[in-house]
Amino acid sequence: MPFIPHTRADTDAMLKAIGVGAIDDLFAEIPAELKLQALEGIPGAIGESEVGRLMRRRAARDEMELNFLGAGAYEHHIPAAVWELTTRGEFYSAYTPYQAEASQGTLQVIYEYQTMMASLTGLEVSNASHYDGACALAEAVLMAVRCNRKSRSGRVLVPRALHPHYRAVLATITSTQGIELVDLPYDPAGGQTDTGALADHAGEDITAVVISQPNVFGVLEPADEMTDWAEDNGALAVAAVNPMALGLLKPPGEWGREGAAIACGEGQPLGVPLSSGGPYFGFLTCRQALVRQLPGRLVGRTVDVDGKPGFTLALQAREQHIRRSRATSNICTNQGLMVTAATIYMSLIGPVGLRRVAALCHARTAALAAGAQAIDGVSVAFASPRFHEVVLRLPAPAQEVLGRLRAQGILGGVDLGGWYPELGDAVLVCATETRTAQDINHYVEALRSAIGAIGDGA
Amino acid sequence: MSEPLVFELGHPGRLAGAQVPEAEAAVDLPPEMLRETRPQLPEVSELDAVRHYTRLSQQNYSIDTQFYPLGSCTMKYNPRGCNTYAMLPGFLDRHPLAPEDVSQGFLGCMYELQQMLCRVTGMQAFSLTPMAGAQGELSGVAMIRAYHLDRGDTERTEILVPDAAHGTNPATAVKCGYTVRELPTADDGDLDIEALRKLAGPHTAGIMLTNPSTLGLFERRIREVHEIIHGAGGLLYYDGANLNAILGKVLPGDMGFDVIHINLHKTFSTPHGGGGPGSGAVGVGARLAPFLPTPFVGIGPEGYRWVDAADHPKSIGRLSAFMGNAGVLLRAYIYMRMLGRRGMERVADYAVLNANYVMAQLAAAGFDLAFPERLAGHEFIVTLKRQAREHGLTAINLAKALLDRGFHAPTTYFPLLVPECLLIEPTETESKETLDRFVGAMAEILAEAQVDPEKSRQAPVTMPVRRLDEVRAARKPDLRYRP
Repeated sequence: MPFIPHTRADTDAMLKAIGVGAIDDLFAEIPAELKLQALEGIPGAIGESEVGRLMRRRAARDEMELNFLGAGAYEHHIPAAVWELTTRGEFYSAYTPYQAEASQGTLQVIYEYQTMMASLTGLEVSNASHYDGACALAEAVLMAVRCNRKSRSGRVLVPRALHPHYRAVLATITSTQGIELVDLPYDPAGGQTDTGALADHAGEDITAVVISQPNVFGVLEPADEMTDWAEDNGALAVAAVNPMALGLLKPPGEWGREGAAIACGEGQPLGVPLSSGGPYFGFLTCRQALVRQLPGRLVGRTVDVDGKPGFTLALQAREQHIRRSRATSNICTNQGLMVTAATIYMSLIGPVGLRRVAALCHARTAALAAGAQAIDGVSVAFASPRFHEVVLRLPAPAQEVLGRLRAQGILGGVDLGGWYPELGDAVLVCATETRTAQDINHYVEALRSAIGAIGDGA
Repeated sequence: MSEPLVFELGHPGRLAGAQVPEAEAAVDLPPEMLRETRPQLPEVSELDAVRHYTRLSQQNYSIDTQFYPLGSCTMKYNPRGCNTYAMLPGFLDRHPLAPEDVSQGFLGCMYELQQMLCRVTGMQAFSLTPMAGAQGELSGVAMIRAYHLDRGDTERTEILVPDAAHGTNPATAVKCGYTVRELPTADDGDLDIEALRKLAGPHTAGIMLTNPSTLGLFERRIREVHEIIHGAGGLLYYDGANLNAILGKVLPGDMGFDVIHINLHKTFSTPHGGGGPGSGAVGVGARLAPFLPTPFVGIGPEGYRWVDAADHPKSIGRLSAFMGNAGVLLRAYIYMRMLGRRGMERVADYAVLNANYVMAQLAAAGFDLAFPERLAGHEFIVTLKRQAREHGLTAINLAKALLDRGFHAPTTYFPLLVPECLLIEPTETESKETLDRFVGAMAEILAEAQVDPEKSRQAPVTMPVRRLDEVRAARKPDLRYRP
């Protein structure tokens, strides 16, 4: 019996101690007419050896040579130590640290994480994480609505150049909360959010403004100006940022005159593999004054009865297991294991490393953009400064070009036409620090020949 | 000895050389966009970091090191094979937006997982996207809401929740825009059916139930509940937190439920990871199928494919940036394949055997059961009301004394309606010897409290820290290190 240790003698002795004749007798309270005779449609058991073989075959089937996809999930180098340590049983198979004395390891990791994320975003407090970046943004917007007591409208300005999946999650989660999401268009030439359109909302009751840095096109937003606009118009600025970019870019807490009030984003670039989109983790940080409206778990440092320093879950009175229907959020889970990986990653990479990795990502994408632009008919769609992604306009149907690249083992970019019909001939391409100069040359040549072959009708 | 913070181990200029690019690439960005302050990240060597986090791990209790009878959490063994094969490079390196034609290996696993989850619940369709139990609940209640609104029924503003329910149930209902009506529990531990009859009506959108309940008891009158709620035009939501107790014994679909979420990190043994990631896959019967959250995996002439909002226009929408906690889902898939049909049927057999055995042994050792006349599901409740009064042995004192004896504590003070309660769930993966040692430790603590009540109040004394000052942590929150 897989993972069940009972011998026949054990089972007999246990049944005798309980005072019943058979295991079935223990299910006597289930009404007879509901009882199942047997599970149907479930395959028979296979052992670890066989399941290993099956999984290796399936995993190998999806392997690709070179990946240039980004759009919210990024392939960075992950030091081997990160997951060697994270999958130690003591981290991997522990529960939520409610019994603090038996969970000091996890609690201290989260306290270190909170310190790192607060500092990285230039804000004062971080929670212990959310499910992913999109959910962290939804929680950040709900939080902003709770915090901004002067505003009554529940209207939130959301850039069209925010990742469409984030916009979709935001819509799902806020739809029952009396919140109105209002689109902010992007400038078709620069790709950044149109500040003229923002100005049109002056004098209205706006609760919060979302600022995505960089935005889905990889373009850097006028974050200072947008933050100041929010401040001047009684709205809270909510930053949605790529944490890797913050190695290089001004953190949200320093945007404009006062800084963003709340920052959030996808933590995946910090030591978490692509793994089909999850598990990742969302981070959420804020100004000290807003901490009692911050959702999710928080770890605090305190002392024990002997005065020795130690860690425990803090401010739990905000949470659902205490406050039930009046909690700041229904969420119970944080992404503890992913936070463990991210904390170890940030320790190994350090402040110097993070800046160098971010700068290298930026440089690699710049090199790719320069190479691609030299191809006849290919152009860079947006002229504004970028972080590590670029939108390329192609002289041939994007799906067909990408299909040809895929045949050579290259994931060549995300076809933007599905998300932005006006960008039907454009692809979003990302080169991180893991793409070498040689990889980029290879990409540019493959792109050139794919476009050439389509032009030739080959 | 306490472990310093990683920041305290650092020295300016030290770095993990193999991990950091050698030089800084030139950057052509406007200077006003650049960061001027250095983030507070550690400056340590690779060995410093490895030792630090290894030592921190050793300060944790975990399933791999201790028995963890934590009620309502199903802390069963997390097979190492599930981890190894979910972390194959082909899975880890797969980009979430990789097209379907280069994703058939992964999509095949997800499709089969959806199918197996339908079979073990009696549901018709599953979406794997919810990333934890509470998100599964949210999507379930949001589907109930979408269903009523789709029919033009706007009068249903209430969700019924038992008083014993997990806190996420009422919190979720509110987050979906509903008013919560709490249902009392009858003296025998079942839901108070008469109260339910009074509350159910034209304003009832639905009811959220676990079965077995959080009291560890099978809701015997579930058919009546189903008739009352459906009769009133409401829907039934099954919180799958306790599915381990009935896996292969009874299908939630047969009990009349319209929607269910499953905590894969409980029943299907994916790791808890110190508080996540989880997975709250959600399944529905025919009525709610059009509203299922996207994306999920379908099958077409060219193989497996994503079904997204465009193909599923009534969907409640997207819940995650991509498709949910894929790595967790792979672990659950591998686990289910290794158990197979018979293995799954045995899960409930032995989870329930272990729970009833420990319950009988603890009763014999002098502990009071909250529901002595009932059979246990996969978990049961001991109340220390008498021992707390007579010897100061409260639930928290007993919990801490167990830590000193090398056992993780059971869940304490939940459900809220039983005073001084311990919710004990041994799971099927524990052997009789482990259970006997646990019962022995419990009996020893009780005997000790009768002689020297002060001892359990002082526990724990063998852990890295003793009891922590939580009042100070709340009054003067210290949430980050400042040098």
